[in-house]
Amino acid sequence: MFNQLVGYLREADPLIQMSAVAIVFTLIGIVAALTYYRKWGWLWREWITTVDHKKIGIMYLICALLMLFRGGVDALLMRTQLAFPGMNFLDAQHYNEIFTTHGTIMILFVAMPLLFAMMNIVVPLQIGARDVAFPFLNAVSFWLFFFGALLFNLSFVLGGSPDAGWVSYPPLAELSHSPGPGINYYVLSLQISGIGSIATGINFIVTILKMRAPGMTLMRMPLFTWSVLASCIVIIFAFPAFTVALALLGLDRIAGTHFFTMQHGGNPMMYVNLFWIWGHPEVYIAILPVYGIFSEVVSTFSRKTIFGYKSMVISLMLISVIGYFVWVHHFFTMGAGPGVNSFFSVASMAVGIPTGVKVFNWLFTMFRGRIRLTLPMLWTLAFIPCFAIGGATGVMLAAAPGDYQFHNSYVVIAHFHQTLIGGAVFGLLAGMYYWWPKMFGFKLNETLGKWAFWFFNIGFYVCFMPQYALGLMGMTRRVYTYPAETGWGTLNFVSTIGAYLMGIGFLFIVVQVLYSIRYGERDTTGDPWDGRTLEWSLPSPVPHYNFAQIPTVHGRDAWWEMKQQRKEDSLFSTKELKPIHMPNNSALPFFMGLAFFVAGFGLVFNQFMIATVGLIGVVVCMLWRSLEKDTGHWISVDEIKQMEAS
Amino acid sequence: MKKTGISSRLKHVFFSSVLLFLLPGCSDRFVLFDPAGPVAHTEYRFIVLSAILVSLVVIPVLGLLIYIVIRYRDRPGNQAPYQPNWTDSKILEVIWWGIPILIVAILGVFTVRDTYALTRPPTNQKPITIQVVSLDWKWMFLYPDSKIATVNYCEIPTGVPVQFVLTADAPMNSFWVPQLGGQMYTMPGMEMYLWLQADRPGVYDGKGANFTGKGFAHMNFQVVAKPKSEFESWVKKVKASAPALTNEKYNQLVKPSIVNRQSYSSYPTSLYQNIVDKNGGKYWHTNHEHH
Repeated sequence: MFNQLVGYLREADPLIQMSAVAIVFTLIGIVAALTYYRKWGWLWREWITTVDHKKIGIMYLICALLMLFRGGVDALLMRTQLAFPGMNFLDAQHYNEIFTTHGTIMILFVAMPLLFAMMNIVVPLQIGARDVAFPFLNAVSFWLFFFGALLFNLSFVLGGSPDAGWVSYPPLAELSHSPGPGINYYVLSLQISGIGSIATGINFIVTILKMRAPGMTLMRMPLFTWSVLASCIVIIFAFPAFTVALALLGLDRIAGTHFFTMQHGGNPMMYVNLFWIWGHPEVYIAILPVYGIFSEVVSTFSRKTIFGYKSMVISLMLISVIGYFVWVHHFFTMGAGPGVNSFFSVASMAVGIPTGVKVFNWLFTMFRGRIRLTLPMLWTLAFIPCFAIGGATGVMLAAAPGDYQFHNSYVVIAHFHQTLIGGAVFGLLAGMYYWWPKMFGFKLNETLGKWAFWFFNIGFYVCFMPQYALGLMGMTRRVYTYPAETGWGTLNFVSTIGAYLMGIGFLFIVVQVLYSIRYGERDTTGDPWDGRTLEWSLPSPVPHYNFAQIPTVHGRDAWWEMKQQRKEDSLFSTKELKPIHMPNNSALPFFMGLAFFVAGFGLVFNQFMIATVGLIGVVVCMLWRSLEKDTGHWISVDEIKQMEAS
Repeated sequence: MKKTGISSRLKHVFFSSVLLFLLPGCSDRFVLFDPAGPVAHTEYRFIVLSAILVSLVVIPVLGLLIYIVIRYRDRPGNQAPYQPNWTDSKILEVIWWGIPILIVAILGVFTVRDTYALTRPPTNQKPITIQVVSLDWKWMFLYPDSKIATVNYCEIPTGVPVQFVLTADAPMNSFWVPQLGGQMYTMPGMEMYLWLQADRPGVYDGKGANFTGKGFAHMNFQVVAKPKSEFESWVKKVKASAPALTNEKYNQLVKPSIVNRQSYSSYPTSLYQNIVDKNGGKYWHTNHEHH
């Protein structure tokens, strides 16, 4: 294995060699800095072993932003290669690896952790709980995600990245056509992080159903919490299909079975179906919480209760159910009969109905309100036209007769970037700006944020509108080059400029964060936006037990109503404080993730000794946890008083 | 392409404005809007219809958004009404549940109609059959009637429905000739069917649309449509002058490579069936005798 790795690096593209060197130096830098500033203990006690949902959320956020950077660099490399016909910037192999990692990272290691970040930070605060239902499991989920992402990202310097697209269809992804370790990395890293995702889904369903403050009935829940519930229901029903698909593909590659090859009676169409039975609901997993974020933002910054709350709840739940009956629209051209294709066409278009209803309800929340154009609101306003167009092209793609032509063309690329960037990314950025003061106790600078906003938005349209046109001109996705005669050069060049503008937008966000750490407006009230839901009743940053006293809820927009009735003082009466029981920190989730990582790495290279050691580590961690007796501690009334006074 | 009635004028107005916005003067390259046969034409008509229907929602949304944000901005002295507790309206909700339902229903009817229609031969002329095998990274065409074979191009007679029978001796690909109609996957060990027809003579670009590895970007081919008599003389010419495709030559061809156009006067009778069978088709056939 060692020789294989060295040999790979020696023959690799100079870009990859440079990255390897850069990674080594960055690691040395981080280790040196932590040692010099004596931060190892702090890192271990405060972050690595934490089970606090807010800190886990922040770790998800940091990892997601780092991964967004990596996925973004992948995108820029691709757009550079496509800027001119016949470019020689990347060769076919390198391009194939990059579009594969771009897609996989953006969906699974950016969108997922960003929404897990928002869920973790906000949901317990919104429902008046002290933590999630299973704090230890929550930490396990995070570390499985972390080590899954690490394993995936190692591939490009250690042995070669996956190169069969983020869908990794067999037979291309089978050993016969992809003999290297790349697809193994894909299978194992997604399997490891996928276990974490399923656990998060279960965790938040239980949290939302069982841990709400007294008086918060289901129909009084904030819409973000509703949307997380909808999303988590989709997670626990959809992800197992992916787990099965990956496990069978892994068995095909590592144990020599034939589930997905026609040889010996297998069938690749099974993989395609299983993949999309997860893959399409996955889109709704990413987009549903975003609908919740927009609902919160629109209502807060229009100073108005959300319009049509019941419709909003019904449409969220409808989307999460209809979302299971649309997966075939990813392969209408795989030969299903007209009855099947008709059914899945109509079901897919039907998703547009509740989505359209939500858009109108957002518009009418603003109608006769007072709209403040803050950063979260700007991203929300930008989302509406972007998503309206993306949704419209989605309906066009959902109908089989049109899709026969659009399939696998750049129309598809433009469409799903419009929904995933215009929907998920805009929404998660809106959420990040909205809840940032709650996480860190200061606001992000508005001016720099507006620069980021305009660069990113204008860049978005410059990048993706030409791609619709390229699709109509017959450009297929995943081509690493094209001849000049096609006439695709001009529009591709324009699209590349747009991609770079988006890159500049991202850099502005980085600068904005760094600048605001030092100079950002401090949030002393805990309620910088004049918010409506319970998280804004707490100081920023929130004490680790969240609520000194669990509030009693009397209606929707609980905090807004308390403010209206000037009842906020009663919320913090120190007279009736009681000691609070909180879970202990634990190093086990970290070690369990590490053990999974070792097992995964061993399996990638068919080193079964290493894999066995890793799996034994996993079992030992589970036994250790099972035998632990005391997993919590008490916070005394004095301590609470001290915290609340500071 | 035949143009009749108001609807076609409407769609031309619609698309000229879209194209004007996207790229003036390049419209001849928009192959999806330049159908050359009945299959592509059905799909084109459907795409135009769906674009019009969805814009019935998108345009009001954009208009409303602009109006609302301007009118209800939080500015000192804004006289617009402010109703912070106005949260429900049965009438409005019925309207915006109703409109999308109606649009999806209309589009759904046309979807079902066209989806069924596209599985049938586009016209009543006597069809011809061409077997297509996608390889790494090239396309092979077999003519079971005349026993000739070509690589990376095929010729078809105009005005005649062509049934393409598709399979792969390589990873799954997708057979796409945009000006003649939408695509169909080619899969190892399986047979797929696609009807296409060209009504006007021409050379139509075709491509592999589903990713198959390193040489994927070069998996292009051409479909040459010509009047029946010219097509028949082309067949005769290939039969008379081209070399034969032997099993040895095929074994060379199947290896991953990028090649130019080729023509063959004959091929081993069992070639196509062998390709399907060796990729697992034998299991498929035993399990699906009725097929």
